[in-house]
Amino acid sequence: MLELVPQLLFTGLGIGAIYALVALGFVLLIRAANVVNFAQGEFSMLGAYLMVILSGALGLPYLLSVPLAIAAMAAFGVLFAGATYWPLRHRGQLPVIISTIGASIFLSNIVLATYGPSPEVLPALFDSPGLELGGVFMDSQYIAIIVITALLVLLQFLIFERTLLGKKLQATSQDKEMASLLGIPVAVMVLITFSYSAALGGIAGVLVAPILFVSVGMGALISLKAFAANIIGGFGNIPGAILGGLALGVVETFGAAFISVPYKDAIAFALLLLFLLVRPQGLFGEKISEKA
Amino acid sequence: MSTTAQASAVAPAAPAADTWRGLPGLALAVAAVVAASTFAPTSGYILNIVMQAATYAIGVAGLVVVLGYCGQISLAQAAFFGLGAYGVGLGTADFHLPFFVSLLLGIAVATSFGVALGLASLRLGGHYLAMVTISFQQIVTLVLTNWISLTHGPDGVKSIPRPSLPGLELDRGDRYLALCLVTLMAVTWYAWRLKTSRLGRAMQAVRDNEIAASTCGIDVFRTKVLAFAISALLGGLGGGLFAGAFSYISPDQFAFGESIVLLTMALLGGVQSPFGALLGTTLLVLLPEWLRFLRNIYLAVYGAAVILIMVFLPDGLWGFVANRLRRATPIEGAVPPLPLLSQTGATSSEAALVITGLAKHFGGLKALDGVDLTVRRGAVHALIGPNGSGKTTFINVATGLYRPTAGTIQLAGQDLTAAPAHERTRRGLARTFQNIRVFRGMTVLENVMIGAERPGNDIAEQPVLVVSRALAALDFVGLRADANRLVGTLSYGHQRYVEIARALAGNPHVLLLDEPAAGLNMTEKHELGLLLRRLKGHGLTILIVDHDMNLVEQVADHITVLNFGRRIADGTPREVLTNPDVIAAYLGEPRENAVA
Repeated sequence: MLELVPQLLFTGLGIGAIYALVALGFVLLIRAANVVNFAQGEFSMLGAYLMVILSGALGLPYLLSVPLAIAAMAAFGVLFAGATYWPLRHRGQLPVIISTIGASIFLSNIVLATYGPSPEVLPALFDSPGLELGGVFMDSQYIAIIVITALLVLLQFLIFERTLLGKKLQATSQDKEMASLLGIPVAVMVLITFSYSAALGGIAGVLVAPILFVSVGMGALISLKAFAANIIGGFGNIPGAILGGLALGVVETFGAAFISVPYKDAIAFALLLLFLLVRPQGLFGEKISEKA
Repeated sequence: MSTTAQASAVAPAAPAADTWRGLPGLALAVAAVVAASTFAPTSGYILNIVMQAATYAIGVAGLVVVLGYCGQISLAQAAFFGLGAYGVGLGTADFHLPFFVSLLLGIAVATSFGVALGLASLRLGGHYLAMVTISFQQIVTLVLTNWISLTHGPDGVKSIPRPSLPGLELDRGDRYLALCLVTLMAVTWYAWRLKTSRLGRAMQAVRDNEIAASTCGIDVFRTKVLAFAISALLGGLGGGLFAGAFSYISPDQFAFGESIVLLTMALLGGVQSPFGALLGTTLLVLLPEWLRFLRNIYLAVYGAAVILIMVFLPDGLWGFVANRLRRATPIEGAVPPLPLLSQTGATSSEAALVITGLAKHFGGLKALDGVDLTVRRGAVHALIGPNGSGKTTFINVATGLYRPTAGTIQLAGQDLTAAPAHERTRRGLARTFQNIRVFRGMTVLENVMIGAERPGNDIAEQPVLVVSRALAALDFVGLRADANRLVGTLSYGHQRYVEIARALAGNPHVLLLDEPAAGLNMTEKHELGLLLRRLKGHGLTILIVDHDMNLVEQVADHITVLNFGRRIADGTPREVLTNPDVIAAYLGEPRENAVA
């Protein structure tokens, strides 16, 4: 069994990178708009189905379909904000949470009614199956996931730390009132965050589709994993979300190999409960607390 | 103060009438039950529909308690429903236990899981429970499907018998339906009474403002766990009856989608009222039958409906109607005055609140750095200082919202340093907030009743006296006429008075006022000054934080000045306000310039 460890670690990091991307979109919305988005996983599901439409049904080249799907998801993020967040933004957290739950049900069942329950298959990003390195077989799709996730995280870091837009987004997430007084268009910043968050979810969906198959159920599952990743990393904490996602992917992969395959998805839940009981502030501490 | 005088006082008439506010709804429910059991055929399609509606409605009533009253989202109601159903199914069909024993077992399992999940997640914000319950829902479905040796897996449990009690023939369809309907009525009645009970008010207070609830003496965590446990219990009860009703159950009947259906039922009808839940359940059980053409997309329609309800009908159908029928009638009738008013004030040398070496560090920032402060019984003690000097932090540490880094807090000789906020309130500490924290979903009277129900208050256990005490507190601040209005409809200044009345109704030993004059206009400030002087005249011990020097000079016997988290002066108003350090702190000038 022990010789499996490097292989499982690699696979776990690949899956974990997906969770990290979705968790990242999730945490950005919490910080920018105080929205706990229960439809976060549906962004991935929609991204994957867009690929099924664009490259499958419409027969567009794969490498053209990818940017188109991501752009469509970015636009969808704005639409999503307009329907679930905007009308309720002054009414506190609970109504928005409930409306994102409604949106999640709506989206998954619309897709279910259109495509049915049987999963669709999407080809991998590259034709080559992968390469072997020191006894570890590295699937090309997993390599792509890990590399692209790393690049996106780096890109986001650069945007947030090095550009004016990034500073404005950070200011909005830290103190909306103050940002607004400083002339930052807070509403635009919030919409940009929704758009970016949906695009991140879409990318995760496009990347994971060849591994998991494209199915309606993938959204709810990914939402759950993203939330667990956030709790593990520390709720509202950006590096925490990324590391929490990676950790969850690894633990889950090892759990499936050494404990039980049918209960693989229960591992995220067990981990989530464990953290809630033992360390509710997560590995890196919760960033949001109410002021008295 | 004489409790006999209060006990013999005439209870005001209107609050009693108020308790009957839900009567039309109850009458409707009774009529529905009678109609249903009269016209329902002994078997067949209609019977099944009514049976489904009745058992679902019991589960939905659980959502009213946890979501409507307590503001916590549970997305696993179908799982609890399923646990109850499998309790009855497996208990009767496989283990040959009597029906009602199996039902109790199922309810016990559902409730235990509810308590366990609640204990794990409810110390934290609402979204944690939502996600934990989603996860739990998935796990329950996984286990019901995969633990085949116990649950029969996807095949489900067949031939579940109905109870057979001699003489009652509950295994007959119409009789069993009557059992379900009677249970539903009892549950609806319970949920409706709960709303106007002490526990129900505590739940609503937690929903509207957790921080204020804890400073009113409510154990927020315990209240949330209780609400969730009741909800899980009702889910299990509904599910158990469901199993008996249909004699066959399978895992897919209790999957996540069904939790959403139950949630939509509650939201559509109105999650604040058990009658609304009943209405929503009835509609959504009947609608899919009428709208068969939606078969494919009915869950999508539910999802869209949830968003539309949240946007356009936040209180549901029942709430929409109830809000329009709401009349804020004044409450007549004399009530005994606040016990406080029978006292006359004199400052004694006895210490009421003693705080020593209090420190609070946020990372490297020392918001409070070793502050000593003693409030003497009967004194009005002011705590002043420039912005950011640590005044509000001081109040928050003193009332238990923040944990101190160092120092001790003693109230009437008892050490409270480690006590949580609600425990301090129980011992007699009361406070108001700089940013008003009233319970927005409730009436003015209900807000103040929560204050009167402070654990440790003399009349907290006697509902009639709670009402008259709350009215007395409203009399004192001059808001009696607004008692039945929703608190959110009052002006900012009046909401502040509601907070003060809420604190006074609890008959506190020490009242902490956090910038009571903030946001008030000149007239309101003047009135506030008069009010504080009346309180002082009756000898209430007060610690007031404020910027308004005029107000502070009017009422304070003693002033403590903070700057950068340290105490820079302490003494009589005259001593303190001529202190050069204080002047420098306020004017921001070097001491020598200011003195010159």
